Amino acid sequence: MMISANLNTYLIIAAVLLVIGIYGMVQHRSLIGILISSEFILNGASLNFMAFNKFVAPNPAVGQIYALFIMGIAAAEAAIAVSIIIAVYRKYQSEDPEELQDMKL
Amino acid sequence: MIVYRYLAEVLFYALVCLTFAGGIMAVRSKMLMHAVLGLAATLFGVAGLYFHLGSPFLAMMQILIYVGAVCIIIVLGVMLGNTPDQLAAKNLTGRSLPLALLACATGFISLFVATISRTEFSPAKEKVGDMSIEFVGENLLLQYCLAFELISVILLTAIIGAIILARGGREGKTS
Repeated sequence: MMISANLNTYLIIAAVLLVIGIYGMVQHRSLIGILISSEFILNGASLNFMAFNKFVAPNPAVGQIYALFIMGIAAAEAAIAVSIIIAVYRKYQSEDPEELQDMKL
Repeated sequence: MIVYRYLAEVLFYALVCLTFAGGIMAVRSKMLMHAVLGLAATLFGVAGLYFHLGSPFLAMMQILIYVGAVCIIIVLGVMLGNTPDQLAAKNLTGRSLPLALLACATGFISLFVATISRTEFSPAKEKVGDMSIEFVGENLLLQYCLAFELISVILLTAIIGAIILARGGREGKTS
């Protein structure tokens, strides 16, 4: 039995991607590092959608469409997050999340 | 013909290794630019996995949108707000390594032991359509038309919001 033609393989890969993302979110000391880690979580989610689409779902287009939507949302989220980080950096001259305590602008 | 199947299997292992190596590089590197490089490697690996899952269209979109757009945006963010050296040095040690490892272990074990290894996923009795781009486009423009339009509105909102946010403090600095 080919391991690449098995649903559980892809689910485990997606779970590892999710765990890498959570680890990076806790571990990184900068806002951009946290943004990078969130991309891993989104990728794990869309890999899950594609795996279920291939092996379980009756309509093989739905998973691809969901993965495309996740990509679009992720692109919008990255653009917004980077511009917020640039604005925060201009205000505080720092990217350390621990220094961003007050919400005054 | 069997040779090609084994070749695809070897390629699958290589893609999984690329994905995980990129992930470890992204979370364990001191410099943010290396983290973005690791992210790009992971995205290439996931694109290859999409190819294995029978959707070359989505693999191309992954490379085009994620590697081509999202990674470039993050690289711009890294270059515009440069991280000080002390902060970069602290990146590796992190805030609390035991807490991070505990969160990861708990998440993975609960996902794997409680969910993936126990559930029996039964495939659908009959499939409609195929994995082709034509069928995806048909579904996108008929059944999921509203979501498709909403995505374009969200992208437009994101563009306008990003421009407004990023040029926010500029007048204050010059005046």
